[in-house]
Amino acid sequence: MTKTILEMRSITKTFPGVKALSDVNLDVREAEIHAIVGENGAGKSTLMKVLSGVYPSGSYDGQIIYKGEEQHFKSIRDSEHKGIVIIHQELALVPLLSIAENIFLGNEQARAGVIDWDETRDGAGKLLGMVGLNEDPNTLVTNIGVGKQQLVEIAKALSKEVKLLILDEPTASLSEKDSAALLDLLMEFRKQGITSILISHKLNEVSKVADRITVIRDGRSIETLNKEDITEDRIITLMVGRSLEDRYPARVPQIGDVVFEVKDWSVYHQLHRERQVIKNIGINIRKGEVVGIAGLMGSGRTEFAMSLFGKSYGQRISGEVYLHGKKIDTSTVEKAVAHGIAYATEDRKTYGLNLIDHIKHNTTIANLTGISRVGVIDDMAEMDVANEYRKKTNIRSSSVYQVTGNLSGGNQQKVVLSKWLFANPEVLILDEPTRGIDVGAKYEIYTIINNLAAQGKAILVISSEMPELLGITDRVYVMNEGRIVGEMPTSEASQEKIMRSIVRAEGKAS
Amino acid sequence: MTTETAQPGITATGEQAKVQELTVWGALQANLRDYGLLLALILIMLFFQYFTAGVLFKPVNLTNIILQNSYIIVMALGMLLVIVAGHIDLSVGSISGFVGALAAMLMVGWRFPPELAFLANPFVAGAICLVVGAAIGALQGYLIAYHKIPSFIVTLAGMLIFKGLSLAILAGKSVGPFPAEFQLLSAGFIPDIIGPTTLVAASEGVQPVVLHTTTMVIAIVAIVAMVFFAIRGRSRRLARGYESEPFGLFIVKNLVIAALVLFFAYMLASYRGLPNVLVVMGLLIALFVFITKRMTFGRRIYALGGNLKAAALSGIKTERLTFYVFAIMGALAALAGMIYAARLNSATPKAGQGLELDVIAAVFIGGASALGGVGQVAGAVIGAFIMGVMNNGMSIMGVNIDWQQMIKGVVLLAAVFFDLYNKNRSA
Repeated sequence: MTKTILEMRSITKTFPGVKALSDVNLDVREAEIHAIVGENGAGKSTLMKVLSGVYPSGSYDGQIIYKGEEQHFKSIRDSEHKGIVIIHQELALVPLLSIAENIFLGNEQARAGVIDWDETRDGAGKLLGMVGLNEDPNTLVTNIGVGKQQLVEIAKALSKEVKLLILDEPTASLSEKDSAALLDLLMEFRKQGITSILISHKLNEVSKVADRITVIRDGRSIETLNKEDITEDRIITLMVGRSLEDRYPARVPQIGDVVFEVKDWSVYHQLHRERQVIKNIGINIRKGEVVGIAGLMGSGRTEFAMSLFGKSYGQRISGEVYLHGKKIDTSTVEKAVAHGIAYATEDRKTYGLNLIDHIKHNTTIANLTGISRVGVIDDMAEMDVANEYRKKTNIRSSSVYQVTGNLSGGNQQKVVLSKWLFANPEVLILDEPTRGIDVGAKYEIYTIINNLAAQGKAILVISSEMPELLGITDRVYVMNEGRIVGEMPTSEASQEKIMRSIVRAEGKAS
Repeated sequence: MTTETAQPGITATGEQAKVQELTVWGALQANLRDYGLLLALILIMLFFQYFTAGVLFKPVNLTNIILQNSYIIVMALGMLLVIVAGHIDLSVGSISGFVGALAAMLMVGWRFPPELAFLANPFVAGAICLVVGAAIGALQGYLIAYHKIPSFIVTLAGMLIFKGLSLAILAGKSVGPFPAEFQLLSAGFIPDIIGPTTLVAASEGVQPVVLHTTTMVIAIVAIVAMVFFAIRGRSRRLARGYESEPFGLFIVKNLVIAALVLFFAYMLASYRGLPNVLVVMGLLIALFVFITKRMTFGRRIYALGGNLKAAALSGIKTERLTFYVFAIMGALAALAGMIYAARLNSATPKAGQGLELDVIAAVFIGGASALGGVGQVAGAVIGAFIMGVMNNGMSIMGVNIDWQQMIKGVVLLAAVFFDLYNKNRSA
């Protein structure tokens, strides 16, 4: 039995009117990977904010015992001094500073305020070696991918002599390959005696690396499972408080004629004129069909979708788009929408929602003509629409006047969907529709997708989660490095088969 | 995350269907910002009423406050759109000065050959000035929207350019006076077509009170219309179950507003009635409230300022919208410039300088966000009046100009501080 490094005892945290955490207990043993899972809004992040001092001691009830002593952290600085470092879901790096500068940000290698650049670079190089990132420390952070940025964050944590590393959804925006590398790194840290707390939605990852798992639901700690008791079904049951027979709602596909077809689509990189990102892609979607695009991060899926949707990405775009066999012009978002094409983004905070405005205004913004006459909005009609779609997509909020920035990820995603459903498209492109949202909300979103398909819409789903694609689509295209490298009916597809077509394509390319 | 936790799981579904009826206190709190601003204006007015020994509320002074601030308010309407769209316009002071100079040169400065003499007609000249203003705004808007040059830089350049241009066309001199028709824009009052009503006849030791009847009639018609639309809107919302404002608050709110309008109408009527410029201003304010609250054009501006990328991906032509916003700002700056020139009855090379800062301050005091996406027309108008009343009151009190500047600065800071404090508390 190893010794306990951290114990949180009956933590209760209330916000005005809401009990966010009630009587939560957590104990973490030294040099283990301890996962915390729970639905969005269950209180995981709040708990970590209590631990790291974001919510200062005194603003919550309960005790934090770390290394045998009771702690009263007043700020993040206090907890960092003790070796507790938290890496947030949204990375906190400064894009236009170099890797080395970012690693030592706030902790500069300096004497009397004068930075020692040699020390900074050497130190950064050493830390990068530890996390297995092979980049020049002078590279600007903006020039490396998200996966590598995550590693820089971890290197930064290491520079603070971390004893307890907390990762909040670290793999949410990583490709499978990068995720795997990150998880390997955590296991490597475990050997070196660093304890990690891993907050994640991805149950397969959690069950792979975690030594123990604590499940949190509705602000309470439900149970802590030991490695030998961990199964995905068990976790899901604990998380949602009910057993999900099936993670994907059943549906009987009724597939008609080809509605949407793209031929010979080519796109060059937004900034680099010579770099072709999308190479002569052709796809089609039939009426009532859900088609998936599988592929690794960086395979060009989002770029493809956004270039289709009003040339929102890239330059020197060529190719043809057909709707019901007729060639259409989708060169501006407005034209694309007018032809009945909708694209729900993978990044709802940056591209999807006006976060400072409420649900009502976000729901109608893509189809204002639907609620107005000669430019004058009928506010009663708008209320009706907003309420109707709030109900249809089951958005949990106090009213349609709740500001979208305050909603949980799942509910934000439902607002994005509402917006596009109200635009009444024939072709709906959903880019990572369930990224960063919990199991329950995922199920609801799948149900919405099924309903849309049943209404005869043509749906294209882009997803990095292969089980999801296999669970909800009828047919899958496999994309790699800007090309379609495979196509199969979902009934014949499997994760292995998809991976094999990707690998085969890579073999051909090199 | 803090508010995410407010919806624990799936259980919340049942309670959302029914409309929440807010308590009076809850409704007040929800609209604290709106009511608070109006309350602040009233308190400031009462404060100066006391410290100016009753001068502030004299009919002639109230009329003056309106005349003195009309051009600020006209520009604040356009600036609100600019700031909500996430931009800034530093050139409006200089544009207004330049257009004032242009108006003066058209009407009195330049000697036109007979076949072009119609250009000196005040109405033709006025129209030309508006078009020139809109064109200047459009040009700046074009550079900002389509060439992505930051608005701060484009309009900073515009500020310098038009400051220089007005000096150039006036050749450094003041030009005036204007034709009588043009002066009416700022100095005129609406005619009393009904004829004056004598409330208190002149007698020994008693000041006569004679009301401008048309003004009172217009005010009463306005109040009736306002109450009518308020009741209609409320009953519509009630019919669909969307009303959340308690009935008592609804009554009190409308009574208070009606009483305020009546009071100010009475004050104006006992001087010379409605100033022409207030009519122009009132119509513009109503138009901009309508644009921002009810028109797709206005809604899109909020979406653009709230999240540019999301707006573009929702099919909004963000560039064209930005372009229009600056063109409108230019036209309003031109109108303001003419009001200002008509009020001084001459165009001076220094006219309009520094006005942009008063305008921007008014919009921010009115609760707009420097980040875009947030701001109300009513707020900007009240913000402008807060600044205007302070200018007026402090001048009457004989506060030195140096102190006036400092106090105004502190008020601007305090207003924005209060706003952010309020936001953080509610978040």
